Amino acid sequence: MGIELYLFILLVFLIVGALIAVETKNLLSSAISLGAIGFGLSIAFLFLRAPDLAIVQIAVEVVLLVFLIRATIGRDVIPTKGHIHWAGLLIVCLLTVGFFAFGYYAFRSLNEFGSPIIAAVETAPSNKYLADGLKETGSANIVTSILLDYRAYDTLGEATVLFAAILGALAVLRGRAWSKREKDK
Amino acid sequence: MNGMTVIVKTVTRWVKVFIFLFGIYIIITGHLAPGGGFAGGVIIACSYMLLTLAYGKEFTLKRLSLRAAHHLDSSGALLFLVVALFGLGSGGIFFANVLQNRYPGAKFTLLSSSTILISNIAIGLKVAASLFLIFVILSVLRIVLAEDGSQKMIQEEEEE
Repeated sequence: MGIELYLFILLVFLIVGALIAVETKNLLSSAISLGAIGFGLSIAFLFLRAPDLAIVQIAVEVVLLVFLIRATIGRDVIPTKGHIHWAGLLIVCLLTVGFFAFGYYAFRSLNEFGSPIIAAVETAPSNKYLADGLKETGSANIVTSILLDYRAYDTLGEATVLFAAILGALAVLRGRAWSKREKDK
Repeated sequence: MNGMTVIVKTVTRWVKVFIFLFGIYIIITGHLAPGGGFAGGVIIACSYMLLTLAYGKEFTLKRLSLRAAHHLDSSGALLFLVVALFGLGSGGIFFANVLQNRYPGAKFTLLSSSTILISNIAIGLKVAASLFLIFVILSVLRIVLAEDGSQKMIQEEEEE
């Protein structure tokens, strides 16, 4: 129960932070509470014994925070006033209730907290990774041996996605800068 | 953006090396300890971001130009693909860890897993260069409000 209690406290903290980030009027405080959510998430990963994810989360969160603060500093959103769509609100509430009901039903069929599914299934591939990972790949970190050896094809896809994203950002943003420069001439 | 105060500049001058070294450590011990190419690359990009924020864009771009970052990005992706094709060519399987199968190294050492180390370095290069490029793109261009209330994007005036 010990780790579960800490996780519940952290989850409440994350939800409150998310609500503040959505509802606050100031763009900078929204970015900062988003950062608090990210750091809380990395602590949650540490509690769940996933230090690899925690390191990635904390590094990416720092970068994201620098990006967001750099982008939002000295600038504010124009608050837009609109009337509430009651029908849309009703549909959202119904969907939320349905989502939570489904989540409760789905989580009841899972194992107890802390007991992995791979222990129950003999033929799960994860058992083979844990048993033979060090011998076959020579990597003491099983996560890295899965990411870059057993499932390296996924990592190649991820690297390609990142590459395409950079390409798109460069193309779109540089095009606008060029058109501005030509207008100046 | 001509940089921040002299306090920030002095601290940055000392700290940037350690952040950079920590990123390299995370990358090359990715197969022994938690970490890996992605996290290390992000940390290396952080050191360049700190440099950009403290000293300004011109200072950083003189040390790591956009063209060099572009080439690092591409060469990281290419190196990762070369590792994959090397496995395909000599092992018959895409991403086969051929070197480890043929010459298994001592366990728990830096060279214990051969192609995983190379892949980590490739991904680290790629992620570091990519995030630096994104940061430069975002810090060069700013969104401002035009007179008629619409948002438009201009290049920051810092060359003058």
